[in-house]
Amino acid sequence: MRLLLSALFVMMISNIAIASESEGLIIHRSTQAFPEAMLSLQNSITEHGYTLSRVQRVDIGLTKSGYKTDKYRIVFFGKSNEIRAVKQSQPQLIPYLPLKIVIFSENNETLLVTSNMTQFASLAKQKETKDLLERWNNDINSIFRNVK
Amino acid sequence: MDRFFGKKAPILALLLVLSMSALSVEAAPNGKSLYDNHCSSCHGLDGNGGVGIPLSLPSFLNSVPDSYLAKTIRHGRPGRVMPPYPHLSDAQINAIVSHLRSFSPGNVPEGLDILVKGDIKRGKKLYGQHCSSCHGMNGEGGQGTGVTFSRPRELPVIAPAINNPGFLLAVTDSMIKMTLMKGRKGTPMQSFLKKGLNEKDIDDIVSYVRNFEKVKSTSIRTVRRNESPVMIFDSRSDLKTTIENIKSAAVAANFRVIRVQDLEDGLVAKGEENNREVIVYFCNFEILNNVLAVDPRVGLFLPCRITIVEREGKVQVMSINPRYLSAMYNNDELDKFCDEMHEIYTNIIEEATL
Repeated sequence: MRLLLSALFVMMISNIAIASESEGLIIHRSTQAFPEAMLSLQNSITEHGYTLSRVQRVDIGLTKSGYKTDKYRIVFFGKSNEIRAVKQSQPQLIPYLPLKIVIFSENNETLLVTSNMTQFASLAKQKETKDLLERWNNDINSIFRNVK
Repeated sequence: MDRFFGKKAPILALLLVLSMSALSVEAAPNGKSLYDNHCSSCHGLDGNGGVGIPLSLPSFLNSVPDSYLAKTIRHGRPGRVMPPYPHLSDAQINAIVSHLRSFSPGNVPEGLDILVKGDIKRGKKLYGQHCSSCHGMNGEGGQGTGVTFSRPRELPVIAPAINNPGFLLAVTDSMIKMTLMKGRKGTPMQSFLKKGLNEKDIDDIVSYVRNFEKVKSTSIRTVRRNESPVMIFDSRSDLKTTIENIKSAAVAANFRVIRVQDLEDGLVAKGEENNREVIVYFCNFEILNNVLAVDPRVGLFLPCRITIVEREGKVQVMSINPRYLSAMYNNDELDKFCDEMHEIYTNIIEEATL
């Protein structure tokens, strides 16, 4: 019985995983304008237990340099214990840390973009690290779903 | 109860698995749901466009057959942002096509599968005179993607790459011919009958465009999949010197150092950061502006950054590999930038570490 239920569970999980792992980029459209979407994103990140470490205001830098641009920001975040664990177990992933989400205005809506962290699983030698990348990916999808 | 489940449980579980499989096979795919999940982030929830082209234009939907839409979804546009969807079933793709039709209900064109035979040489000349200013000398299409960052809001589409293998696979001769003859209202594409060409001229252009199929693709995307996601170099200097060397090398490469911080800055309490892991952020705003015009999703590369790490007395310099990341975007124009950025990163790091 347990074996069959396990098989059923694996089948269900693998169906979900196929959909999320097929793309290197995860793109989400919010029908909210940029300020509201940005607020929702930051709230969603913290609600998922992550710490916001910084927001890079790309548009401000561009405008100061004389270029015309719409709102464009990069949100950096992570959980210190997980970031430290990955740095220790898989230092090759350091250039991709902390996690980041790109958020930019597209007319009256907002686009959010990030990379599917599971694509870096080939760099991870330990199962724990692979599992963590999978969880980050699931969390990011969940964070995006909260940004309506 | 326990005894009942104990004996029957394997059979019940098997029935459950089979019934779920049967349900998933029989349930009709929901086109709206599939569109929302796979297409709306680029094309907009109502098909009004964004990073992707607008799909709701009546002049577009009423001039393309279902097969064109279905093949476009299946095969995408290699190197032109639109990804292929090999994992979707035919039924799922057809459901998305049906949903697309709901954006602008009207006649679905039929009989657009007639081959056109024209004079390729003459078509080339006419193409150069009438089409190349928008579609490029070799049919490579207009540059950029995305409303606002690379495409002004008043310009609904970028001229498509008509030499693209995905386009040529999806389009029929008579569809190209009809587009040339009637134009496409709401886009810069005009009727070339009204601009003075006759049907023979148009047939010649169609044959020339179809002939792009024989030109070998120059895409190098498949090679990029073999790239490592990261670039790692050993430094001969200590941590502090290496950081200063990176900053100097970035400035020498015409970048502005915008920030130097511990990797853990903001993630842990002040004073608890590991200060043996430092990120140098730098930027060239002209390059940034240009690259956002090519693909506004490119922020995953931004700002340019190099991480310097010291472990057990050994200093390493690390960076993302732009050539690896570019493969995710399916954008040939971006690939060129990423090649340049790969070279810039390499030069900066080599100069700083040698």
